[in-house]
Amino acid sequence: MYGKGLRPLSIATAAMLAVSLALVFFYAPLDADQGFVQKIFYIHVPLSIVALVGFVVGGVFAIAHLRSGNSRWDAYSYVSIHMSVIFGAAVLITGAIWAKASWGHWWVWDEPTLVSFLIVFLMYATYYPFRYAIEDRDRQARYASVFAITAGAFVPLNFAAVRMAQSLVHPRTFGTANGGLPGEMMFVFLVCLATVALLWVTLVKFELTAKSASGQIKRLRRALDAPDSRAGSRIAPEVG
Amino acid sequence: MPPLAGLTVLFGAPALPLDEAGKYVAGAYIVFAVLLVVYVAIMAFKLQRMERELSELASFAETRNDGDR
Amino acid sequence: MTPSRTAFAAILGKDLRTELRTLQSLPAMALFAVTTFVIFRFGLDRTSLAGSLASGVLWATLLFAAVLGINRLFIAEREEGGFDAIRLAPIDRSTLFAAKAAALVVYLAALELVTVPIFALFFLDTAAGLLPLLAVLLLADLGLAATGTLISSMAVNSRARDLLVPLVLLPLVVPMMIAATGATEPLLAAGGPGYDRFGSWLLVLGLYDLVFGLLGYAVFDFLLED
Repeated sequence: MYGKGLRPLSIATAAMLAVSLALVFFYAPLDADQGFVQKIFYIHVPLSIVALVGFVVGGVFAIAHLRSGNSRWDAYSYVSIHMSVIFGAAVLITGAIWAKASWGHWWVWDEPTLVSFLIVFLMYATYYPFRYAIEDRDRQARYASVFAITAGAFVPLNFAAVRMAQSLVHPRTFGTANGGLPGEMMFVFLVCLATVALLWVTLVKFELTAKSASGQIKRLRRALDAPDSRAGSRIAPEVG
Repeated sequence: MPPLAGLTVLFGAPALPLDEAGKYVAGAYIVFAVLLVVYVAIMAFKLQRMERELSELASFAETRNDGDR
Repeated sequence: MTPSRTAFAAILGKDLRTELRTLQSLPAMALFAVTTFVIFRFGLDRTSLAGSLASGVLWATLLFAAVLGINRLFIAEREEGGFDAIRLAPIDRSTLFAAKAAALVVYLAALELVTVPIFALFFLDTAAGLLPLLAVLLLADLGLAATGTLISSMAVNSRARDLLVPLVLLPLVVPMMIAATGATEPLLAAGGPGYDRFGSWLLVLGLYDLVFGLLGYAVFDFLLED
């Protein structure tokens, strides 16, 4: 049962969200240079870290799927990647807003982390048409797992390559080098990171529970010999 | 002084006046909130569909039971 | 020779002989590349290229020409039951991956043998950068072969076959393209070849080749399950 534990998890997430927002706007000191705009950092960076970890987690579930042949791992892998793509969209939008506020442009090619993230996002965006193109369910799940593992290996290589490509003449960065952060900011950042991570886990569980419920309905339908409803999604793996 | 100096090196951009900056920060957090709410709305549609299917199945089972009787 | 090595040689040999006899992919790839050069000449409104422009035009063209060949890599296997044959044979299935990737390296090398001199003829003022370029081309070919074979083997069993390879492969080879163009740009600089971070870029290419070569070899088995 996937719904077990969902209630305490969501309550904890909601509480953490409230605490984080309070910390960001009432406790965290104002940045001397960027001013109030720097506050975007507390939502943008945790979203990006969690999204990237989520992609890697999707790859790990994919390995488990290939080794065990159990389709539930494919469902976990799919939902992890799906959730990270959504978080990824949020990363790019908040990143663009921060870029506009900081440098006056909605997009900057100078920021290696943002560019790397765009490429990773584009890579994982192809996951859906890729799954859609393979009709046989079993094969689709297997190929999707290969994709998830390949893309997972691609993420660190991509970040390294983009960073190397940065012209050494442009040293300006968003400074995700946490070594430069003063204590209070670091504390707030870590709380925000934990909150976003918790949110990701809660939403993944939420999604899996919904899929499981759909799966149970299908099972009931079959048990009752009831006429089949219209076909479900061609790509989202069934759970339960 | 030293911690903020470190930041000055890292965040090399001029500070916007508070009222302008506020709009961008608000925008970023609003984007986050909206995406979250949109996700909840999508799940709500799925829940609606599930409710409908379950009620269909329930009537189906009931009529079948009545038929057996 | 162990069965796997015999199978490797057999598959590779068959592929190369077929291509030599039918010439179904290579001429098209080469022609496409040369025509693309002409389009760039007019699109950029330039008759001479150097540095980053030259590097970009060359690699973008090679990449798109490669995709043409990659799309067709497993067509014979799909149409003539080659996948079934490999499944039944008492050998390591990843042998098919290795053989096909090797064949693709040969095709890409042949493509470059024809198109790079033509590129130099059309756009470059000096051919001095071409010799070190060979190293970059070779490493990039290995990376393209590994990823191309992997994606192509999955795409061949799908619906939007021709669409899937460009769609999924292109983002995947971005890090490799960054390294390849990064190494090539100083080589084709206007003043003569430079070796700015040449070793580092080659290292990145080598790492990419290693990671995806091993990955492809490791997961290929799962792709062939029925």
